[in-house]
Amino acid sequence: MKMKTMPKTEYTIEPGRQDIVSTVVIDAPRELVYRAYTDPKLFARWWGPSRYENDIEKFDIRRGGEWRVIQRGADGSEHPFRGVTHEAVAPERICQTFEYEPIAGHVALQTATFEELGNKTRITAQIVFQSVMDRDGMVASGMKSGADESMERLQELLDSLKSGK
Amino acid sequence: MSADQLSVTFAALADPTRRAILARLAQGEAPVTELAKPFDLSLPGISKHLKVLQRAGLITQGRNAQWRPCRLEPARLKEASEWVGEYRRFWDESFQRLDEVLQEMIQKEKHEDEDHAQD
Repeated sequence: MKMKTMPKTEYTIEPGRQDIVSTVVIDAPRELVYRAYTDPKLFARWWGPSRYENDIEKFDIRRGGEWRVIQRGADGSEHPFRGVTHEAVAPERICQTFEYEPIAGHVALQTATFEELGNKTRITAQIVFQSVMDRDGMVASGMKSGADESMERLQELLDSLKSGK
Repeated sequence: MSADQLSVTFAALADPTRRAILARLAQGEAPVTELAKPFDLSLPGISKHLKVLQRAGLITQGRNAQWRPCRLEPARLKEASEWVGEYRRFWDESFQRLDEVLQEMIQKEKHEDEDHAQD
C-alpha cells in the first residue's frame, strides 16, 4: 500500500516580532496551487479546520477586490473573516488584508508566495500584524478550540520555536 | 491569559539554552549543577538563564532541599503551546486539505488528457 505523504508545514514564530511565516511544499504544480487559492469553490474546500464549513460571501481576488468568508461550525458557531486584495499576480503571489470581524480594526497583511520546485510548489505564507500584541492576541481569540492537555504539545512548541531559528 | 504574559513567555523561550533546559526538566526535576553540565556555562551563567525562566513562571526552584532542584511549571508552557497549537492546527489542517484538493485536480486533468488522447 502506498503511504499518503502529509505536507509538513514549518512555522516561524519569533518572540517579539509581528509576523508569522509558514512554509509548506505541496506536490502539485504552481498553476494549480494558485487556482486553489483564487477559485472560491476550491478555496472553500480547504481553508481552515475541517470542522468548519466555509461560507464564501465575497471572493474577488483582484487588486482592490473584497473577500469575506464565514466559517460555520456544526454547533452553530460563526467566525467571519474579511479583507481586501492588494494584489494578485498569477501564479506567483497574492497579497491581502485580513481581519477577524469580532475584533475588527486589528488588520493584518497576509502574503502567499508560490515558488516552483519542479512539479512541486513551495508555499510561503507570511502574515504581519499591526503589533506584537495583535499577533499574540488574534490567534488566541480567533482560532480557539477545545485544547488538549497533553505534554506532547511541549515538544511541538519547542520544535516550532526551533524552526524559528 | 493576557497577550503581555504570552510575550514574556515567548521572550523566555527565545533562547536555545533555555529551551534545552526546559526539555531536560520535562523529564523530571534537576539540580542547577546538572542543568549546567551539557553547556559550556559557568554557574552564574546558568543562573541567569534560570532567573529568566523563573520570572516567566516557566520553572520554580525548590527552597528546602539542600540541592534546590529546578522544576518545570507546565501551566505557562501549556498556555504558550496552546496558542502556537491553535495556529498550527489551523494551517496544518488547511494545507492537508489543500493537498487533497490538488491531488484530485491532478487526477481529473489526467483523465481529461486521456479522454482527449482517445478522440
